[in-house]
Amino acid sequence: MAPETLLTLGIVILLLPLLTFAILIFFGKRMGRVSGYIGTTILGLDLLLAIYVLITKYTTNFAETIANGSTGIFIKGALVQVKFNWFSIGKLDIAVGFGIDNLTAMMLLVVTLISFLVHLFSLEYMKEEERFPRFYAYLGLFSFSMLGIVLANNFLFMYVFWELVGISSYLLIGFWYEKDSAANAGKKAFLVNRVGDFGFLIGILFMYSTYGTFMFDEIFKSMGMGVMPFGSGLFLTIAGLLIFCGAIGKSAQFPLHVWLPDAMEGPTPVSALIHAATMVAAGVYMVARVFPIFTADASLVIAYVGAITAFIAATIAITQNDFKRVLAYSTVSQLGYMVMALGVGAFTTGFFHLVTHAWFKAALFLASGSVIYAMHRAAHALHDHHTDVQDIRNLGGLKKTMPWTYYTFLFVTLALCGVPLTSGFLSKDAILASTLAFGMLTGHWIIPLIGFASAGMTAFYMFRLTILSFHGKPRTEIAKKTRENNFPIVFPLVLLAIISVWGFYSMNPTNAHTGWFYEKIQQPASAVPENLQWKHNLIEKKFDGESTDLAVGAQHKTVHEISQFEETVEQAHYPAMGLSILIAGGGILFAFMIYQFKWFDADKFSRQLGIIYKFSFNKWYFDEIYAATVIGGTVLGAKVLALFDNYVIDGVVNGASLVTRFSAKLTGIFDNVVVDGIVNLIAKITGFFGATAQKMQTGRIQTYVILAVIGLITLIYIFI
Amino acid sequence: MTIGLTSYLIVSALLFCLGLFAVVTRKNAILVLMGLELILNAANINFIAFAKYGGFNIEGHVAVIFVIILAAAEAAVALAIVLNIYQNYRHLNVDEINKLKN
Repeated sequence: MAPETLLTLGIVILLLPLLTFAILIFFGKRMGRVSGYIGTTILGLDLLLAIYVLITKYTTNFAETIANGSTGIFIKGALVQVKFNWFSIGKLDIAVGFGIDNLTAMMLLVVTLISFLVHLFSLEYMKEEERFPRFYAYLGLFSFSMLGIVLANNFLFMYVFWELVGISSYLLIGFWYEKDSAANAGKKAFLVNRVGDFGFLIGILFMYSTYGTFMFDEIFKSMGMGVMPFGSGLFLTIAGLLIFCGAIGKSAQFPLHVWLPDAMEGPTPVSALIHAATMVAAGVYMVARVFPIFTADASLVIAYVGAITAFIAATIAITQNDFKRVLAYSTVSQLGYMVMALGVGAFTTGFFHLVTHAWFKAALFLASGSVIYAMHRAAHALHDHHTDVQDIRNLGGLKKTMPWTYYTFLFVTLALCGVPLTSGFLSKDAILASTLAFGMLTGHWIIPLIGFASAGMTAFYMFRLTILSFHGKPRTEIAKKTRENNFPIVFPLVLLAIISVWGFYSMNPTNAHTGWFYEKIQQPASAVPENLQWKHNLIEKKFDGESTDLAVGAQHKTVHEISQFEETVEQAHYPAMGLSILIAGGGILFAFMIYQFKWFDADKFSRQLGIIYKFSFNKWYFDEIYAATVIGGTVLGAKVLALFDNYVIDGVVNGASLVTRFSAKLTGIFDNVVVDGIVNLIAKITGFFGATAQKMQTGRIQTYVILAVIGLITLIYIFI
Repeated sequence: MTIGLTSYLIVSALLFCLGLFAVVTRKNAILVLMGLELILNAANINFIAFAKYGGFNIEGHVAVIFVIILAAAEAAVALAIVLNIYQNYRHLNVDEINKLKN
C-alpha cells in the first residue's frame, strides 16, 4: 500500500467521528433514537478502518517505499507523515501535519475500539435519557479530538486537539448539568486541566522558539545535532518538564489528580471512555510521543511523579465506598504506573501498560455501569429513590443475579491485579522489572519499592470491591432485585475481557518481550546529548561470539545492540515477577480474609488504624488543602483586592469627585458673581441706552418727517 | 426783474415748503398725501427749470415724466392704504395710527 493511502485512511478515521458530531448536533433532535445507531455505525466503520490501518502498518515496510527520506529518527518502524503549511505570518511558516507510526496505529485501535464499545453500551445505558442525541454528538466530538491528538505529528496540532479533548470532556462530565455536583465536576476538570495545559503551552513555545518548528521529527533532529534551548542542558530539562506538565493535568498525575475522581459524576460510559482509556491516556501518549526529548533529570522527575501518584491513589482507593470512585483512584494509580515506566526509560513497557490497561479498565468501568444500571432499574421498580446505588455498602450478592457482569468483572480485576495469564500481568510485571532495574542501576530504590507496594494495594482494594459488591448476600432489597443486562451492555464487557487474555500479546505468558508488541513498538533513540542521558541507556556495541577483535569480528556478523538498562531489565524480570505474584497474591488473600471470610472485622481494623484510615478516607485531604491554599489563597487575594478597591481605588475616585465638586462650586460662584455681573452690567447699560433712545420713537410719522428734514438741513449746512 | 432760473427756483422752494408744511402739520392722512404731491411737483419744477437753463435738456423732461408716473402709482397705492386704514380705524387721524410703536 502506498504511504499516501495510509495517511488518507488515517485522516478519514479522524474525520468520521466529526461527521457524527456534525450530523447529530444539527439534526439529532429530529432523529431521536436513530442518532444512537448512526453514531455507533460510524464508529464501527471507524474501528474497522483502524484495524485495517494497524494491520497494514505492521505488515508493510514503509521505510522502503518512501523515497525522499521523510522517516523520522525512530530507529525502526518508519514514521509515515505528511507535512503542510497551515498558515504564514510574514516570514513565519507554520508547518503542521499528521503522521502514522506503529505507536499511532496502535493508539488508533485503542481509541476507536473503546469508543465504539462505549457507543454500543450507551445505546442501552442512556436510552431513557432526554438528551440522547446530544450525548452521541458529544461522544463523536470527543472521539474526533482524541484521534487528532493521536495523529498529530507536531506540537501545534497536538495542543489544538488537546484543548478540544478538554472541552469535550467538560461537556461529557457535565452532561447531567441539572445536578450541581456534575456541573461543578465538569468545571473542576476543565480548570485543573488548564493548570497543566499552561505549562504545556509554555513548553511548546520553548521548543518553537528554540527550534523554529512544531514538527516532532524536526525538533528531534536538531536536538540530536546538539541544539538546546539557550544552549544549556538545564533548560532542556526544564522544557521537557514543562511539556510533561500537560501530561500531569490530562493524565491526572500528582498534584493535579484531584479532578478525575470528581469526574465520575459524568455518565458511566463516559467514565469508561474518557477516564479509563483515552483522555487520561493522552498524557501518557504525549510523553511517549516526545519521549526522545527528556533528559536524565527530567526522566527522574517524571518517574517520581508517577510513583507518588501511583502510591497516593492506591492508598486512597482502599477506603472509598463509591463503586466508581474506587475505580477512579485505581485509574489514577495505574496512570502513575505508566508515567513511572516512561520515567525510568521503559518506553514500550509504559505504552504496553497503557494499551492493556485501556482494555481492562474500560471493562471495569463498563461493568460498574452495568451494575449501576441494573441497580437503578431495581430501585425504580421498588420506588426507592433515596438509596445510593453506587455505594458498595448497598450492593452485595450480585454474583447470582448478574453472572455475565460478575465473571467478566472478576477476570479483568485479575488482570488489573497482575495475576498470571492476563495481559495486566505481562504489562505490570514488565513495569515492575523496569523499575527494579532502574533502582539497581541508579540507587533510586524508592521507585521500585512504591511500585511493589502499590501493586499489593491494588490487589487488595480491587478484591475488596469485588467481594463487597458481588459476593456474600445482598445487603439491600434493591441488590436482591437486580437482573442481568441486555446484549449492548454485556457484549462490550465480554469482548474487552477476552482481549485481556495474555495470548493476544505474547505466546509466552510470563514475558511480553518476546511478543509482537515489543517487536513492533520500539523505544525511540533519545535525541538528548549523551552526557545528559542516563549512562545505562547508552547503547554498547557487543559482538556475539568469542572474539571481540574487530578484524576477526567482521566474520561474526551479528552485532548485538543492547543498552545496560535493557540487560538489567532482562535480569530483573524473573525476580520482579516472583515478587509481584507474591505481593498481588498476598493482597488478594488479605482482602478475602477481611471481607469474604471475615476473620478480621474491617470496621475494627479501620478504627485501630485511626488517623491513617482517616487520612486515606479523606483522600489525603487534597481537596481540603487545595481549598485552603489555592482556592483560599485566591479568595483571600480577591478579598484583599476588594479592600484595595473599596478603599484605595474608590478613595481616589471619591477624592477626585470631591475635588471636582469643590472646584465646581468655586467656578459656580465666580460664574454667578463675576461673569454674570459683567453680562448683567452690559445688559443694563444697553437697556439704559435703549430706553433713552426709545423715547425718540414716538410713532408719529410727522415727527419723523420733521427729524428727517432737520437732519437734511444739518447735512446741507455742513457740506455747503 | 426778468424771469430767469432764480424765479423758478423761488417758486419751487415755496411750493416745497408748502408741501412740507402740509405733510408735517395736517392730521388727516389725505391731506398729508396732498402735501406729498406738492413736494413732488416742486421737484418737477426744479427739473424743468434746470432743463431749460442748466443744460439738462431732454433728460430733465424725461425725469419729470417719470416722477409724474411715479406719483400716480404712489397715489394709487397710498389711497388704497388710506382706505384700509379707514376701514380699520374709522378715522384718518395720523397721530393716532401708532400701532407699530413699541
